Amino acid sequence: MSLSATLANSPPIDSVGVAERVARFTTRSIKKSSKMEALKLALSMIDLTTLEGKDTEDRVRRLCYKARHLHVDLPELPTVAAVCVYPTMVKVAREELKDCGVQVAAVATSFPSGQDDLSLRIRQTKGAVRDGAQEIDMVISRGRFLAGDYQYVSDEIVAVKEACGEAHLKVILETGELQTLENVRKASDIAIDAGADFIKTSTGKVQPAATMEVTLVMLEAIRDHFQETGKIVGMKPAGGISNSKIAIRYLVMLRETLGNRWLTPDLFRFGASSLANDLLMQIVKQSSGVYQSSNYFSLD
Amino acid sequence: MAKKQKNNLKFDTDWQYDPAPESPELAKLNDSYDLFIDGKFVKPTGGKYFDTTSPSSHKTLAKVAEADKRDVAKAVTAARKAYEGTWSRLRPSERGKYLFRIARVIQERSRELAVTESLDGGKPIRESRDIDLPLVASHFFYHAGWADKLSYAFAGRKVSPLGVAGQIIPWNFPLLMAAWKIAPALATGNTVVIKPAESTPLTSLKLAEIIQEADLPPGVVNIVTGAGSTGEAIVRHPDVDKIAFTGSTEVGKLIRKTLAGTDKRLTLELGGKAANIVFEDAALDQAVEGIVNGIFFNQGHVCCAGSRLLVQESIAETLVRKLKDRMGTLVVGDPLDKNTDIGAINSKEQLKKIQGYLKVGQREGAEIFQTSCSLPKRGNWCPPTLFLNASQSHRISQEEIFGPVLAVQTFRTVDEAIDKANNTPFGLSGGVWTDKGAKAFHVSERIKAGVVWTNTFNKFDPASPFGGYKESGFGREGGRHGLEAYLNVIEAGGNR
Repeated sequence: MSLSATLANSPPIDSVGVAERVARFTTRSIKKSSKMEALKLALSMIDLTTLEGKDTEDRVRRLCYKARHLHVDLPELPTVAAVCVYPTMVKVAREELKDCGVQVAAVATSFPSGQDDLSLRIRQTKGAVRDGAQEIDMVISRGRFLAGDYQYVSDEIVAVKEACGEAHLKVILETGELQTLENVRKASDIAIDAGADFIKTSTGKVQPAATMEVTLVMLEAIRDHFQETGKIVGMKPAGGISNSKIAIRYLVMLRETLGNRWLTPDLFRFGASSLANDLLMQIVKQSSGVYQSSNYFSLD
Repeated sequence: MAKKQKNNLKFDTDWQYDPAPESPELAKLNDSYDLFIDGKFVKPTGGKYFDTTSPSSHKTLAKVAEADKRDVAKAVTAARKAYEGTWSRLRPSERGKYLFRIARVIQERSRELAVTESLDGGKPIRESRDIDLPLVASHFFYHAGWADKLSYAFAGRKVSPLGVAGQIIPWNFPLLMAAWKIAPALATGNTVVIKPAESTPLTSLKLAEIIQEADLPPGVVNIVTGAGSTGEAIVRHPDVDKIAFTGSTEVGKLIRKTLAGTDKRLTLELGGKAANIVFEDAALDQAVEGIVNGIFFNQGHVCCAGSRLLVQESIAETLVRKLKDRMGTLVVGDPLDKNTDIGAINSKEQLKKIQGYLKVGQREGAEIFQTSCSLPKRGNWCPPTLFLNASQSHRISQEEIFGPVLAVQTFRTVDEAIDKANNTPFGLSGGVWTDKGAKAFHVSERIKAGVVWTNTFNKFDPASPFGGYKESGFGREGGRHGLEAYLNVIEAGGNR
């Protein structure tokens, strides 16, 4: 689809209505076995993330070990979906995670601001893929977007997608900087038509990060594209989803917006660091009936 | 509408929500309830009681006294005495205090009241808890505030109460309608004889307990339970000064005939067949939510329900697809389950009436769509239903069905939408969905209905007057307009 057609098709969004729909999701009462299933599903959808200037190879190794061995007492657990790191850590992560099904995701394209020459950002992407990243989380140029240069944003996504080769591309919209839900929708439409495999809310470096309102608008964009063209795109809310209760609300929203097909880590991810331990704690609580101290869940 | 749908979403997922029911014990029901007259619960003169049952299980919940003419006469006498002796002479700020007190007790007992409402009437607990009860409390709070400020509401004019108000309310919002009726009547200095619907008397009787608890002077509010003949006794009683009725257009007409030639004041809030108009420039996903709230809220037992959908032809296919998808996620079942979106149809008679319309619609040639949701075995249930390609002359587009049934029609131009929306004997409410402000004002000004919502639907607030045009009745409830329905308003210096 041409960019002008993409923009023309991007619908208006009523933020009051979105907030009301979100409020409905939060009133769903998820108990008993449906809660257990949700907790495990959420766990399997996590992109376990460390994106800090102070990251070291050792730190990444520990995180990868955790990704493979979530909790010693609960052998039936799924693993997380991926470990998400800076490009410099891809090699280490890949080495730690080989043959275990957990993917290595790299934030590339001058994360988190994206303020760099496109050729450098593409070179970084290619490097990360060469080092073994199976998934690339790119950022769009929000400044260009807000200035109305949608063509630039569309073109950069196309270019990074090409640089990804076989690797899956997640496009981070950084919705906290886009200001309005209509901008979120427009950016989603541009990203999907430009070749995104996933669209992602945030870098986690800007507040607000993921919100249910923003995620709903993005899920509805995914739904519309699927129903109009058959294209299947995944969704990744990232940042701010810190506990099980919030994660379950996102799953309710996912279930009631996109249905069966999207309830899988192949098409939905949580970008989170502290969520995993809270899910584990809740899973233990569901099976044993009591809460354990947080000291029983490893920090990594 | 030629394009074929291929990429369907499936909502019958492996991950289902487990039941999360409120306990029926929370309703704390008595085995039987008497009439509430002159501040006391008294046995009916005729000694007759009737059962009130749960529409979701058909179980009997309690026995309820049936008031006959003699009981109504007692109630009116008590109301008259209270009016002359205490209530109309009370300092307005004192009247306000009583209303504040009632509002606070309602809030304290809101969970009990919500569970009772869902048990007795069949509406989902999510609605009785999140919508009905908060609105009930806010109506009392709002009118409590007016009690000593009436001279500000009618600046430059003098106001005085009417006397004894006879009030008859329906089964779709039992406690909320009681609040809509009682709060303004009391705030303006009137006393009340009120009759709840025979299928949903329990929350009104709990309100009687609350009124006792609030120490309201005896006789200010009298609650008489019973069926049509009880209501008729109120309407015909010579010492009643005002009748306020909410219910069917048929009964409304009957009441108006009965009152002809008397000096009783009357307000009627009757049926509706509101059009929800969706233009091609609307935010469609949010419009879908508004359509769902408009017709499936309270099983469609809503006089202002958006029971007609007028959708611009260019987006009809997309909108209907989205609507069907959204309907696929609606949970129909146990009203006490917190995950239920659509509860039980209020009575067997109402279910029969709705099912009759489902046949009529198909016979008329409209295309029926129902979701494949599972329904419980016992109880009165109707899945959410669309009639596609309905035409203006179909009965399903003209008559009030009062169930979860939406007639879908298309239009091409703004004028056509307005004409179709107004081409109905009713005029209670309407909805306009567009992203263009100018169009929203243009259309909403031309819809002949008491309430027109823009980019939302079924929003209620005690400060906002509610009422109809044409066969939807007359008079307003809520806001400053609603006070006027319970007052003599005279120009300063004029005679009463």
